[in-house]
Amino acid sequence: MLSGILRGRAFKFGDNISTDLIAPGRYFHLRSDLPELAKHILEDADPEFAAIVRPGDFIIGGRNFGLGSSREHAPAIIKIAGVGAVLAKSFARIFYRNGINIGLPVLVCDTEKIDKGDELEIDMRKGTVRNFTKNNMVNFNPLPEVMIKILSEGGLVEHIIKNKGFNL
Amino acid sequence: MSQTIAEKILSEHAGRNLIAGDIAVVDVDIVLAQDGTGPLAVSQMKKMGFEKMANPGGSIFFIDHAAPSPRKELSDTHRILRDFARTSGAVLSDINQGVCHQIIAEQYACPGNVIIGADSHTCTAGALGAFATGMGSTDIAVGFSLAKTWMMVPETIKVSFNGKMGSGVFAKDLIIYLIGKISAEGATYRSLEFYGEASSSLEMEDRFTISNMTVEAGAKTGLFPTDPKTKKYLKKQGREDCYREVTADSQARYEKLIDIDCSILEPMVSKPHSVDNTTPVSGIGKVRVDQVLIGTCTNGRIQDLAIAAGILKNRKVATGTRLLIVPASKDVYLEAIKKGIIEIFINSGAAVINPGCGPCVGVHQGALAAGEVCLSTQNRNFKGRMGNPEAFIYLSSPATAAWSAVKGFISDPREVLV
Repeated sequence: MLSGILRGRAFKFGDNISTDLIAPGRYFHLRSDLPELAKHILEDADPEFAAIVRPGDFIIGGRNFGLGSSREHAPAIIKIAGVGAVLAKSFARIFYRNGINIGLPVLVCDTEKIDKGDELEIDMRKGTVRNFTKNNMVNFNPLPEVMIKILSEGGLVEHIIKNKGFNL
Repeated sequence: MSQTIAEKILSEHAGRNLIAGDIAVVDVDIVLAQDGTGPLAVSQMKKMGFEKMANPGGSIFFIDHAAPSPRKELSDTHRILRDFARTSGAVLSDINQGVCHQIIAEQYACPGNVIIGADSHTCTAGALGAFATGMGSTDIAVGFSLAKTWMMVPETIKVSFNGKMGSGVFAKDLIIYLIGKISAEGATYRSLEFYGEASSSLEMEDRFTISNMTVEAGAKTGLFPTDPKTKKYLKKQGREDCYREVTADSQARYEKLIDIDCSILEPMVSKPHSVDNTTPVSGIGKVRVDQVLIGTCTNGRIQDLAIAAGILKNRKVATGTRLLIVPASKDVYLEAIKKGIIEIFINSGAAVINPGCGPCVGVHQGALAAGEVCLSTQNRNFKGRMGNPEAFIYLSSPATAAWSAVKGFISDPREVLV
């Protein structure tokens, strides 16, 4: 099972945050240098985000987070930026799967009442998101067993190495 | 047990009966990556200790997104793919070939296949009755290494395109209309199946356009049941032997039914900055265009180019508007040359670019300036898509795009296609 408590600040984004906004195509040549690409993370949605995000912070989305291209570089630079988890009302399919595969928690919950700067605590085992700033709590949707297994082993690469193939 | 097409294909590839909601490890027939996603797939394979493709003939690297390379960093990543293809046994489709999805359609995809690709528009091959879907580089690295992947069997939405389409209305208008109706997440995690009179009448070229854009509604795949047109296409490609019938059972269970009367549809446009922000061209007002792009994996096939050339013949692109043409593959390009289509484009004032993804990914060959407006036949108009977050992208059919290039503003092709 997943365990652990994640704490950090919320950075709020709207609906339909595309992978073009997360990892713009004009930086295509930086895909082979992810730390460099991460300096441009989400800059077309919030030009200041890359400079002020701290390890442990959370990205809060609305509906359909991560739609568009299959580029895994999008969740990868979110992880490199130190973001602890992405919370959204819903995710686009490929982004969601990529997040699980690289060991980035992608959690579906009601993000309506979370605002920029809110201090949050996520309990991965209990499935809760506590908002210290607003003094309330929401639950996130439980992950399917297969995804819990991949995530708890550190991602798909680690799962394949450990099990010498699929063991889902 | 009655099954949808998705349930049938995935059951065959899992070796047991599956229904929507089941999760299974399935065999995959074709695995692909491109120059934007391939290098990361290579490094993930190496991290897992794999050096060889499990199924070399069905493992393909495409260099199409930045082809030929516009800068040294990308030249280095191209070399990674060329070198690894040689040592791992993968097939290499280099810069002279064209867009991955078009090559997969022309040379690889067969009805009943499972195809996974590190490119979201891998769903294009659904038009041939293949369960084709996009994934990230890590999933694709595992697919290359094991010729397997894990899948959740999707629920299926049955879409019926009923009636006959009017003049000036094309497959692109149907799919833009559908996405506008159900939204950019209206089919998330779902498989779409297409039926109805208009659907049956569509040529394979049109069906690729529709399947290509199903991901813009969030879909995992977009499937056409096979029919004589599927068989005819495969025969034309010299691959008739891979034809087999792929259809849903008559009692298959659908999550939802969507019926669309195509006889009343008009030419459609997606407005900035989302594909589901749709309107009929007739209601768009006067929108001046700086650049028009006809091509890409969505609408860069010979039929698309022929329709555009029919409109551009003996006409000129408007002053102040640039027209770019990007054939989807070298075979399309060659056929367009033989038919005199390329000559028409050049005489009209268009710039013809080599087959590939061209400016659609915002890397090269036509990035937009701040404030500029582009009307494109591509599949996506997100902010920043064509290299500039301060530009505006509209999407349409090749006919609407060609006529708009002549007029200099977004225009209804029914003015010229009577």
